[in-house]
Amino acid sequence: MKIAFFPGCMVDMIYPEIGIAAVNVLERLGCDLEYPDEQVCCGQGLLNSGYRDFNYPVAKMVIDAYDRPEYDLFVSLTGSCMNAIINDYPIIFKDDPVYLERTKKLAERSYEFTDFIVNYLGKTDLGASFHDTVTYHKSCHVTRLLGIKEPPLKLLEAVDGLQYIEMEHADRCCGFGGTFSFKQPEIAGEMVYEKCQTIIDTGANVLVGADVPCLLNIKGGLSRMRSDGRLDRDIRVMHIAQILDARE
Amino acid sequence: MNVLYHNDVTLRERVAECLQDDFKHKAIETAQEVFYAKRGALVEEMGEGWQELRLRATEIRNHVTENLDYYVKLFAENAEANGYIMHYAPTDQDALADVIDIFEKHQAQTTVKSKSMMTEEVGLNEVLEEAGYTVVETDCAECILQKAESKPSHIVVPALHFDRDAICDIFTEKCGYEGTSVPEELTHFLRRYLRPEFLNADIGIRGCNFAVAATGSPTLITNEGNGRMVDSVPKVQIIFVGIDRIVPDLQSLDVMEALVPRSAVGSKMTAYFSVDSGPAHADEVDGPVEAHIILMDNGRSRILKTEFEPMFRCMRCGACLNICPVYRHITGHGYGSIYPGPMGVVMTPNLVGYDEIDTMVFACSLCGACSDHCPATIPLHDLIRAHRIEIVDEGKNHSNEVPVFKLLRKMWSDVGFYKFAMSAGGPMMRLFADSSKGALTVNSTWMPVVKGWTSTRDFDVLSKDRFRTWFKNHKPLAAETPVQENQGTEGGDA
Repeated sequence: MKIAFFPGCMVDMIYPEIGIAAVNVLERLGCDLEYPDEQVCCGQGLLNSGYRDFNYPVAKMVIDAYDRPEYDLFVSLTGSCMNAIINDYPIIFKDDPVYLERTKKLAERSYEFTDFIVNYLGKTDLGASFHDTVTYHKSCHVTRLLGIKEPPLKLLEAVDGLQYIEMEHADRCCGFGGTFSFKQPEIAGEMVYEKCQTIIDTGANVLVGADVPCLLNIKGGLSRMRSDGRLDRDIRVMHIAQILDARE
Repeated sequence: MNVLYHNDVTLRERVAECLQDDFKHKAIETAQEVFYAKRGALVEEMGEGWQELRLRATEIRNHVTENLDYYVKLFAENAEANGYIMHYAPTDQDALADVIDIFEKHQAQTTVKSKSMMTEEVGLNEVLEEAGYTVVETDCAECILQKAESKPSHIVVPALHFDRDAICDIFTEKCGYEGTSVPEELTHFLRRYLRPEFLNADIGIRGCNFAVAATGSPTLITNEGNGRMVDSVPKVQIIFVGIDRIVPDLQSLDVMEALVPRSAVGSKMTAYFSVDSGPAHADEVDGPVEAHIILMDNGRSRILKTEFEPMFRCMRCGACLNICPVYRHITGHGYGSIYPGPMGVVMTPNLVGYDEIDTMVFACSLCGACSDHCPATIPLHDLIRAHRIEIVDEGKNHSNEVPVFKLLRKMWSDVGFYKFAMSAGGPMMRLFADSSKGALTVNSTWMPVVKGWTSTRDFDVLSKDRFRTWFKNHKPLAAETPVQENQGTEGGDA
């Protein structure tokens, strides 16, 4: 069984270590992964800013790269991109029946990373160990828009040594929102500071998420709060794949 | 149309004002927490029943929208049979003219009002006052706003931005109040203050939560009892009804009445719920002798048969405001519309178009919490994005942002260009980054575009190597356990 792996462009651009951890986890589970080189990004930043037509060539590239007969399944490491592909591409392809159909077919064999492990492979204990206190950000795209609520928590629960602490309003948006965080920096700033404060208030040493864009945002928020004295300790920001890959 | 206010300044300036107002900011945050907890407990108590109710409401409201001409006619005929005088107002100007006619006919001088968003929308108070009539808002919060000459910060609890000390000061200055800021004392004062106003008023004006077609009944959901006084004391009554307020029958009203108080304020029911049936009959002592219904469109029908049609389901409960992480910080005043928050971001441009709303539809992270909480399952965040798409399609986007999006399109649809951009951009970013953090920090706020991010957060620089390079060269790990074919369930767990 061949799996087409979609890490999301931020993994390729900024956080290869997250992609490497995810590949380790999936390969240890016996998955045969492929990562097609002929694509870059799902392009949701364009659609979400209103530039639907700009997103069209980007979306076509993704479908061409991932909708191939040799791939049995599609697994996305970032819930946000997966949501864009399966739920938003139909808007982009509304006048293109061929790509619309291909998107629907791809959606049928698509899984988000944690959902794939727990609900497709039927695994929760992956033999990981991580001895620290952890809190989990329930990102909007994974939790609400894809409806994947239990799998990440089940996986974390099975990690040896991991002490989980739930934050207040864990499913409240971190304020990333793609170009929103550039266009409305004052609002996005308030949102991320509030998210960071709820993380800080748990006392946990590690913030874990399953959506890479939120991690970029929250890490940036915590880092700024550390610099200006609103935070007096280091809080690690990690993707759940890195926890599941850990043997520490 | 009186939907927008304080739009002599930009949205960004209004937001800055709101963020500086610690009291207002905190008050909205606290109100959200209270509503969140109370609503959450009630929804949990109902279990699956809650979702069933939402879907039932969605079906009912869609059915009415799809057969709107039929239901408008049915409601109007039955209302007339109850003795109401019907007025059809395609626009706000028609509605205002109808009201003025009624005032002139009765040589009326004063009116008492119960809280109504429709009258806010047409700017009724301003028009009546300019024409020399006295308008008295009798809902506690609306009365405070009227005295303070302030605008609602929430559609359900409009004076959230004033605390009791501020209210005490307003009453002292404007109404001759001499007491303390103890809430009970303030409300007792208001009761005494308003009673003669009810008795002296010539006309009562109110809105309508739902209009029941089968019985021709306008309904009213309130908590203070002032609505019922407005309804029954003055001899003439005017009821504003939006064409998007109609439900087929009393059974459907029951569904809405179960959803609205729970969604709005986390209560099973409100203190008052009136289903009216026309003016007083000859053998009845109480009630108005003449009752008018102004059935108003004012741009609502423009969205029929468009992707915005689901907004016809909106019950104005405010649940989307109560969960919105943006509204939480910028309050109703940041939006500069009497309809703020997610429902307002969808509805405001539907009513007034795109030219004067500044960046309102972009003040949203598309998190979807609103859609999740909407009792009528309106896909609010999708509709907010649909507005963005229309703005770009109509060429009303800012022209200075287009090159940035063109560059993104190029980078994301041309792998060769992307790889080049990464190899050139990485060293460039590192040049300006704080090397101990590996991120662009507060020192990068001079950079165009990037400053949007770095003004409030640090931004991790591009990695030296691409993940794709690693992947191509890596040697796959051996499986610890062989992969098993599909044994789980399909898709998400919700």
